[in-house]
Amino acid sequence: MHIMFFTERAYHAVPEDEVFKRRSFFGVPNKFFDAPTGARLLNEYIDEKILCDELGFDGLMLNEHHGTPFCMGAVMDVEAAVLARATKRAKIVLLGNPIPTVANPLRMAEELAMIDMISGGRLVPGWVRGAGSEQLANNANPAYNREYFDEAHDLILAAWTKPGPFRWEGKHFHYRFVNPWVLPLQKPHPPIWIPGLISPETVKWCADHRYPYVALATLLGPTLEMYNMYAKRAADLGYQAGPENFGYLQPVFCADTEEKAEELGKNFLFGGGFSHFARPEWMFPPGYNSKEATRRLAAQAANPNLPGNINGMVDHDPVDDADLQALKKKLYDTYPQWLKESQMITGTPKTIVPKLRHVLEVLRPGIFSFWLDGPSPLKDRRRCVELLGKEVVPALRDIGKELGLEDPFSRKPGSVKISGKAEMVGRPDLLQASA
Amino acid sequence: MADNFFTEVKFPVGATELKVLKAGTGKPLLVFHGELGFPGPAKWMTALAEKRTLHIPLHPGYGKTPQANWIMDMRDLGNFYARFIREQKLAPVDVIGFSLGGWLAAEMATANSAQFGKMVLVGAAGLRPPSGEIMDMFTLTARNYLNANVADIHNAGDFSAMFGGEQTPTQYEEWEEARAETARIAWQPYMFTQSMANLLENVVGLPTLLVWGKQDKVVPLSVAELYKKQIAGAKLVTIDKCGHMPEVEQSAEFVKEVSAFLG
Amino acid sequence: MHIMWFTERAYHHVPEEEVLRRRSFFGVPNTFFDAAKGAVLLNQYLDEKIYTDELGFDGVMLNEHHGTPFCMGAVMDVEAAVLARATKRVKIVLLGNPIPTVANPLRLAEELAMIDMISGGRLVPGWVRGAGSEQLANNANPAYNREYFDEAHDLILAAWTKPGPFRWEGKHFHYRFVNPWVLPLQKPHPPIWIPGLISPETVKWCAAHKYPYVALATMLGPTLEMWDMYTTEAARHGYQAGPENFGYLQPIFVHETEEKADALGRNFLFGGGFANFARPEWMFPPGYNSKEATRRLAALYSNPNLPGKTLIPQHLHSLSDIAAIKKAVYDTYDGAKESLQIITGTPKSVIPKLRKVLEVLRPGIFSFWLDGPAPLADRMTCLKLLGTEVMPAVREIGKELGLKDPFEVAPGSRPLPSSGVAERVGSPAALAAL
Repeated sequence: MHIMFFTERAYHAVPEDEVFKRRSFFGVPNKFFDAPTGARLLNEYIDEKILCDELGFDGLMLNEHHGTPFCMGAVMDVEAAVLARATKRAKIVLLGNPIPTVANPLRMAEELAMIDMISGGRLVPGWVRGAGSEQLANNANPAYNREYFDEAHDLILAAWTKPGPFRWEGKHFHYRFVNPWVLPLQKPHPPIWIPGLISPETVKWCADHRYPYVALATLLGPTLEMYNMYAKRAADLGYQAGPENFGYLQPVFCADTEEKAEELGKNFLFGGGFSHFARPEWMFPPGYNSKEATRRLAAQAANPNLPGNINGMVDHDPVDDADLQALKKKLYDTYPQWLKESQMITGTPKTIVPKLRHVLEVLRPGIFSFWLDGPSPLKDRRRCVELLGKEVVPALRDIGKELGLEDPFSRKPGSVKISGKAEMVGRPDLLQASA
Repeated sequence: MADNFFTEVKFPVGATELKVLKAGTGKPLLVFHGELGFPGPAKWMTALAEKRTLHIPLHPGYGKTPQANWIMDMRDLGNFYARFIREQKLAPVDVIGFSLGGWLAAEMATANSAQFGKMVLVGAAGLRPPSGEIMDMFTLTARNYLNANVADIHNAGDFSAMFGGEQTPTQYEEWEEARAETARIAWQPYMFTQSMANLLENVVGLPTLLVWGKQDKVVPLSVAELYKKQIAGAKLVTIDKCGHMPEVEQSAEFVKEVSAFLG
Repeated sequence: MHIMWFTERAYHHVPEEEVLRRRSFFGVPNTFFDAAKGAVLLNQYLDEKIYTDELGFDGVMLNEHHGTPFCMGAVMDVEAAVLARATKRVKIVLLGNPIPTVANPLRLAEELAMIDMISGGRLVPGWVRGAGSEQLANNANPAYNREYFDEAHDLILAAWTKPGPFRWEGKHFHYRFVNPWVLPLQKPHPPIWIPGLISPETVKWCAAHKYPYVALATMLGPTLEMWDMYTTEAARHGYQAGPENFGYLQPIFVHETEEKADALGRNFLFGGGFANFARPEWMFPPGYNSKEATRRLAALYSNPNLPGKTLIPQHLHSLSDIAAIKKAVYDTYDGAKESLQIITGTPKSVIPKLRKVLEVLRPGIFSFWLDGPAPLADRMTCLKLLGTEVMPAVREIGKELGLKDPFEVAPGSRPLPSSGVAERVGSPAALAAL
């Protein structure tokens, strides 16, 4: 089992009401950004990752968002570069680089190659289409998002594996001289993992490429559906998907007392949390969604990509401060529901481990990442990381062993050959039993 | 060929003063030069000028006609010339285009095929090759690119008379200017319009002749085949022992074919 | 005086013959690249930079090239990010980011903002047009190079200083939502320096923006001319240029004995050195040069942007005799030393030579440049001697000559003399005395 740590590197000093006012982190004017505060926070997040390396976590997971206080990792490769030298053992797991938005994917291939070289081959790159708002922030045409994604992916892989110089004349990318003089240390190329938020197209694409699919804190039921969609596709391609093909990201808040842990957990909903990532018109810019996804959206009139159904509760921008405060209260009132659905796990190491066991039993992922976020005081965050590293991680390793949760390093994804139907992945029965 | 073979005429096209070289007698024939600019007088021009009045516009930015800053792709250049044709009341005019100039003619035909009477495309760029690729002039010196334009450099018809000898500073400067302007228009995608094959399906009723050297190393024959397929009734003539410049390397056969087609 | 250290981070294991045969580092197929060896070297180069921080250098200078064993810093911001955390005091000086080639300059603005934040405000970003070959490697249309440069520069500065969200509808770049949530720690923005290879357009542009101009190991005479051009232009903008407006990069090889230093110095010419950076058709892709530059080139038939004359005589270009080419390359060594294009020796013998350079150019920024496939131990010795013996002496000379750097005197803050006529910054007399 591959155990990682993740945080969004939020700029917590943003006034919460500014987010609620817009129902969106994205789009809050950057006049609220104070660079010294941001610089201190960014370095604290890096310190935290270095601490995780020392505590023996297997991986440090990074992500990227632009133009939002939700995440200061606007170019996460900068942080990945820092960690390549500043850490010793942990994998640097990028979930993922928004390749449709970078405009020059060859530079991205070089960037990642250098990071792999500097880290001594510890890079695990991953790709995403980028949230809708990333398309706006980078002005990447969302209507070509999937085409950019496919072509950039193919180009990066070619740059890493095909001897140069060669010419690339795609639909969207054109290069007359692909011949990078930095190449990844890992051969033929670093392992690639893909994060997702319940997009069937992505799940199938991952299965086709034998890339592990890492579900980002999605509800357990739909997550299992995705896993099985992957397994079915994998069976068509002649292999049995196993834990090594799947990952899961889990918000976990650990402290010395239940009360303290609850305090940390509630902070996760700061500003509305992920449900206020961006307004719908920014989450779904024109052409970003497939026709199927749009149809689903039209039917549900809610955002299926978001955990829970919080956004659906609020159908208007707050008209005045009273309205805003009411909205805020409504959001924080959803906290117990998050706990109930295992969308968030809080407690002391002792109480957390059984809850995590449940998640692991249901999903059976080979990759598991803790997710800590929210504007909690530094010492509480540190304590959380320490407790996770020293007490929770060892327990999880044992559970992983007991459940046979192979990770992509202990068993190569796609290496278990089968003919015929796929075995079911995960334990939906356990999920139903707990409901 | 006499020095006064051409008359240089200026036409205002919007804010740009377009320089056009004229020669010969008879019905006008519009000639679009290629990516390295106007190559200077040539045998094939004399031959065609016997029956036709050649109008050879010097593309904006390729030396004599000043650069029109707003022209950034082939559609822009095509529309620049559409205006020229309309204002000079040339339509329907017969047109012959070489390499990049062939792309230009094809692009204009897709927009309005009625502006042309007959169209000749010689080693025309403009289409994504179904197989092979268009030789990339931008990674080569002008001289090396030019040399690759013929099948046999030691036996290339009028080539050495036109381009032989040491490269002069003037030549260098002119070629650099032409290359720069070509880059402005054709850097990416290189030398083709992605939608060209689809757009050509609407080119109907325009008699078209495609002339290609069998040993063309610059624009592969697969492009000629695709033009033939996409333009209704287009006729393809291939010339042996010949590269990208049939008009230079095999000028006699070239003139014979083109004259027969133009009538 | 601001004293820096620079190296190209070359991949030295490329067979020299492959470079000489092509007359070009750029374009050698990357089948000759061994990632394991590259990774060792790349980390050694980082070690060196960290060591310079410990030795008390003021700055570490980075540059960027794509698709060439000449420099593994294909995305130097990766190295800058490493150094932002791994060093404590030095400025991280990027000379420069090839902004016409990055395609998404807003992402670059974010990248650099993060590095400035992580480093605690030690970033000095700089911009370049990128060598011709960078345009090919990144497929950035060279005919729009200058336009991309200007617009990307303006966009990055706006992203750093103008409150978001705002819309940017330029000629080449379009954004509907500029509102980065990472911004540089240094306000209003980090100091910007510009490196150059004797391009008058760039020099004038620097003077107009009050950006220090760092000449990259160019010949002293032409460098002085650029200084004068900058000074004249500065006067037009109402200020007196001073040492704080100028920087110079100097190849230097120091060792315990003259012989060992010479051995290092010769390595600088590996593969033909900078003269074989890229073939002419790749150095000057279509439209990359201004019309004036093209005209100059047409007349000269040589490369005015390169220091000194092209190292390989014209008549050898067609030869397949690699040995002859190699000999011709290394035969230029004594001449390069003579003109101070390369300085070698023990600390004791290099200091007077450096004094001459400083007296001629009077730069406020000075960078040592060490390159060539030398053993690591020798490189470290050179670095140590530079840091412990040469640098203190250079500081003294700088003090004596009044060479203020951009952190001591803000570039552009000196008033013009009451006569209104700008004073020269360098010393042609000192040059004549050489």
